[in-house]
Amino acid sequence: MERKISLTKKDRLAVAWRSTFIQGSWNYERMQNGGWCYAMIPAIKKLYKTKEDRSAALQRHLEFFNTHPYLASPIIGVTLALEEDRANGAQVDDVAISGVKVGMMGPLAGVGDPVFWYTVRPMLGALGASLALGGSILGPIIFFVAWNIIRWSFMWYTQEFGYRAGNKITEDLSGGLLQLVTRGASMMGMFVLGALIERWVSIKFTPVVSKTTYSSGAYIVWSKLPKGAKGIQSALEQQASGLALTKIKTTTLQNNLDQLIPGLAGLGLTFLCMWLLKKKVSPIVIILGIFVVGIVFHVIGLM
Amino acid sequence: MSAISMILVVIVAFFAGMEGILDEFQFHQPLVACTLIGLVTGNLQAGIILGGSLQMIALGWANIGAAVAPDAALAAVASTIILVLGGQGTKGVSSAIAIAIPLAVAGLFLTIIARTLAVPIIHAMDRAAEKGNYRAIEMWQIIGIAMQGLRIAIPATALLFIPSSLVRNFLESMPSWLTDGMSIGGGMVVAVGYALVINMMATREVWPFFIIGFVIAAISDLTLIAIGALGVALALMYLELDKGGSGKGGNEGNSNTGDPLGDILDDY
Repeated sequence: MERKISLTKKDRLAVAWRSTFIQGSWNYERMQNGGWCYAMIPAIKKLYKTKEDRSAALQRHLEFFNTHPYLASPIIGVTLALEEDRANGAQVDDVAISGVKVGMMGPLAGVGDPVFWYTVRPMLGALGASLALGGSILGPIIFFVAWNIIRWSFMWYTQEFGYRAGNKITEDLSGGLLQLVTRGASMMGMFVLGALIERWVSIKFTPVVSKTTYSSGAYIVWSKLPKGAKGIQSALEQQASGLALTKIKTTTLQNNLDQLIPGLAGLGLTFLCMWLLKKKVSPIVIILGIFVVGIVFHVIGLM
Repeated sequence: MSAISMILVVIVAFFAGMEGILDEFQFHQPLVACTLIGLVTGNLQAGIILGGSLQMIALGWANIGAAVAPDAALAAVASTIILVLGGQGTKGVSSAIAIAIPLAVAGLFLTIIARTLAVPIIHAMDRAAEKGNYRAIEMWQIIGIAMQGLRIAIPATALLFIPSSLVRNFLESMPSWLTDGMSIGGGMVVAVGYALVINMMATREVWPFFIIGFVIAAISDLTLIAIGALGVALALMYLELDKGGSGKGGNEGNSNTGDPLGDILDDY
């Protein structure tokens, strides 16, 4: 078919940029419809010249739409290809266009949520936050830059992919590559989550379980150290050679727990939260509850 | 606080509010929002540390479908403003976190209101579409985005005009058992975010990865980047070995199938 009007790269870039704002008018009635229509406007202006055609196209793209905001991009790509065919006289009716949009938005949201919200963002966020906790400006910068590079390249290349693939994209998606990526991402995600729980859920039980006295020669005798800087040096040397700092060895509940597996209490707390969430307890209630528990346990001397 | 700082704070708050709904550039994530507010008010260090702490708590907060997550934008912006006004610097971080949590809940209501107010906006778009008036649609879209920005910018402005002595007195009047207890709670509360994420991702197939990750993290020489690399390598190995086997759907987004621990938790 000879194409009289086609969308240039510039048009497609304009659409991709506008799709950044797809959730801007998110509403409880038709969700992302306003943003979707807003994103399609540069293409509609290019493809349709009469007022009737434009009006029909605008109304067509104000239908209900909701998916993951980044995975709207491949759907936009396919829709652009379809609209282009239609403007060039092909038999692409409204039902075909809606069908593609609705057919793709569900499965793609299912891919985007675990990959972006539950793998990439927590991973980058934890990396950035761990740097930030040390006061480093690099934390926020790495998070922001890395995220936006990933996001923008994903949006642009999947939109282009959708545009080229046209109708065939739905088959490609069930073909497995994207599924493989999703599976790999969740494996990687769970692995790092396990590590994060060990590192970052901090629970310290302070009750003293036992007090034992070291035999003489196993601890530093502070009164017998030389005066001044020499004393500090000798104390550090003695500590490095394995002497204890005090005469009495205190073992807290935490020391005992750490001998099982470090981080066990954090793991237990995480499982408790998972169970509560499955029982439909709101995350906010759990969060507030944890603060209350923290205060109470601190006051009674358990933490 | 100088007038220029105040204006910049309101601008940052506006961007955070926009991003709270757009979820694109991530200005609303505490790591970015707290840092920016710290930067424009000359409290960069405290802002970064508060951002890092809040980010840990907010890791698993995400808008899924029509569900609304606790509002990271309002929590981040307002708690940083309070931190700055309190004038305690990095020492005020733990009490700022404690303030941030109820703010995240309050922000949730504002979000629901804004998303309802957007309904008449798209009706206006419908009318514009009938006339083929694309400029009006563009204008309404921008109004919708601006409304989301104001959702955070207005509370932020209000906070700026509360006298800082009031904030400082309030923070200093908090007894130490309360603030210490809260920072202990803050250390534990990150578990909720992880639990949200795990409930989404867990399947029978991926639990072993979780266990390996947990055990390996006790080796404190390994940085997060090293652990991440190890995770990638393991996942690649698994997928390679699994090739040719039955490609069962690994991730359905809903964890109730093929998740042994989840089933136990469900039945409990």
